[in-house]
Amino acid sequence: MGDPVTLTPAAAGLIRSLRAAHGPIMFHQSGGCCDGSAPMCYPAGEFRTGGSDVLLASLEVDGVPEPVEFWMSTAQWELWKHTRLTVDVVPGRGSGFSLEAPEGVRFLIRSHLAP
Amino acid sequence: MTRYDAPTHWQSRYDHFIGGEYVKPHGGRYFENPTPVTGQTFCEVARGTAEDVEKALDAAHGAADAWGRTPVAERSLILNRIADRMQENLESLAIAETWENGKPVRETLAADIPLAIDHFRYFAGAVRAQEGSLGELDDDTVAYHFHEPLGVVGQIIPWNFPILMAVWKLAPALAAGNAVVLKPAEQTPASIHYLLSLVADLLPPGVVNVVNGFGVEAGKPLASSPRVAKVAFTGETTTGRLIMQYASENIKPVTLELGGKSPNIFFDDVSAASDDFRDKALEGFTMFALNQGEVCTCPSRALIQQGHYSDFLAAAVARTQQVTQGHPLDTDTMIGAQASNDQLEKILSYLDIGRQEGAKVLTGGERADLGGELSGGYYVQPTIFEGDNSMRIFQEEIFGPVVSVTSFADLDDAVKIANDTLYGLGAGVWTRDINTAYRAGRAIQAGRVWTNCYHAYPAHAAFGGYKQSGIGRENHKMMLEHYQQTKNLLVSYSPKKLGFF
Repeated sequence: MGDPVTLTPAAAGLIRSLRAAHGPIMFHQSGGCCDGSAPMCYPAGEFRTGGSDVLLASLEVDGVPEPVEFWMSTAQWELWKHTRLTVDVVPGRGSGFSLEAPEGVRFLIRSHLAP
Repeated sequence: MTRYDAPTHWQSRYDHFIGGEYVKPHGGRYFENPTPVTGQTFCEVARGTAEDVEKALDAAHGAADAWGRTPVAERSLILNRIADRMQENLESLAIAETWENGKPVRETLAADIPLAIDHFRYFAGAVRAQEGSLGELDDDTVAYHFHEPLGVVGQIIPWNFPILMAVWKLAPALAAGNAVVLKPAEQTPASIHYLLSLVADLLPPGVVNVVNGFGVEAGKPLASSPRVAKVAFTGETTTGRLIMQYASENIKPVTLELGGKSPNIFFDDVSAASDDFRDKALEGFTMFALNQGEVCTCPSRALIQQGHYSDFLAAAVARTQQVTQGHPLDTDTMIGAQASNDQLEKILSYLDIGRQEGAKVLTGGERADLGGELSGGYYVQPTIFEGDNSMRIFQEEIFGPVVSVTSFADLDDAVKIANDTLYGLGAGVWTRDINTAYRAGRAIQAGRVWTNCYHAYPAHAAFGGYKQSGIGRENHKMMLEHYQQTKNLLVSYSPKKLGFF
């Protein structure tokens, strides 16, 4: 099956620098318009997950002492579960309340079909 | 055709607008604002932080009481004067908005700015006509219900219609007597300041305050502040949930508009004649390219009934291929630039997964390089995918000029596919049969079902979502009550005691 979520080296590097600046961090994949359909990065615990969410991965990143959790709403994962997700980084601007936006970059999901 | 020059009415730098004047950011930092037309920076904008938000909240609280007590006729007159000032400057506002967002000027001239003007006029009128109520409980007891302003409200604006979406929130809030702290999207932070340069003198200082900056640095302190009585947000689901979480800490209401995956349904009888109506329906199909698809209600799923599927789809592809892509300031241009580089990248990532899942590209499917100075801009070809509703391109909001097409057998099948989505903001139904139109419209779980039309946004038609598309209804007088408290005076006119004690 493979891991449902992986990181590009660029994403891992950005996670390292955000971890250094903000402490432990987490992801929640957004749906819907504007800045949606994109992974949102918050200080760990800032976004309260609950019974309607699924923990897809606890990502190990070199230089980050704790795993970085990646969450999605269960209803959305039902529609995505036949795909595998790679978190990447692109130059960009703006992202709801996601931590990386002021750096002039944006996390982006690249998808591929599950084997 | 007209080709406008790039606007020159920008300041090179915008500070925060607080208490009726421009105030430098507490942290002294600014961010660059590029136009999506060319990718080149045209101004820099204050990078707000919690200190700036507090200062704006101070100004708003200082102004709210007097504004709330200002006679309704006077508030209404001010809104009408704002509308008049915008009308006098419609062309320059439209050009500014196009440069800011990348959308074609034919849309800003004919839709964004005229709709924003009318929105102020609508709420100027609606609040004049609003009345409280009284209930005569018995001969001596009356329950009076008064509308009162909430006080100071926070508004977080999206980037797809920077001026119009700001006005959708400002007009009802101001009409209802609230003071506002507004944070524009960081992708489109400047055009609201051009609007302010035209109308700020009409408003008492502190009634409208604009703090620019990033969501995490300026949006969060606004949304989580115990000093706002309500938060209004247009955006996406995760941030919507986060804002509700913040609001829950302060027991404050929110209104949210969070997007959709709107079905546009074409029944067989649309093709019963080759007439104006079929032509209108084909235009309705092509509406997925309006505003580059960056509309929460983009008709991004087209459901075509099996009987006319091939013919109608072939005509729709041909129609889409006639969409003129070009310089957004050219009045012949029908589709302009996506609003930002990351938006472009996200759309391209969906074009990729659509192909991987086996959807067939009927037209488009690539980034567009328009050459010259536009090569640095963010352009995507209008794209039609043919596939199945279980594919991710049918289930996720791409927010680009991309429509995913599938077929259906009958009314029940159409409704089943239409409702097989997490969202419920908009939908379109096209048919010559009024019974089909009515049944489909009532069965689709969406806040608005355009019937034999699409993408019309007149004031006085309620707009908002079912399911995960949000909470509240904008664009209608009922939005006034989302910005008001209800005060009940329960009055006894009897001099007699109850006799309990």
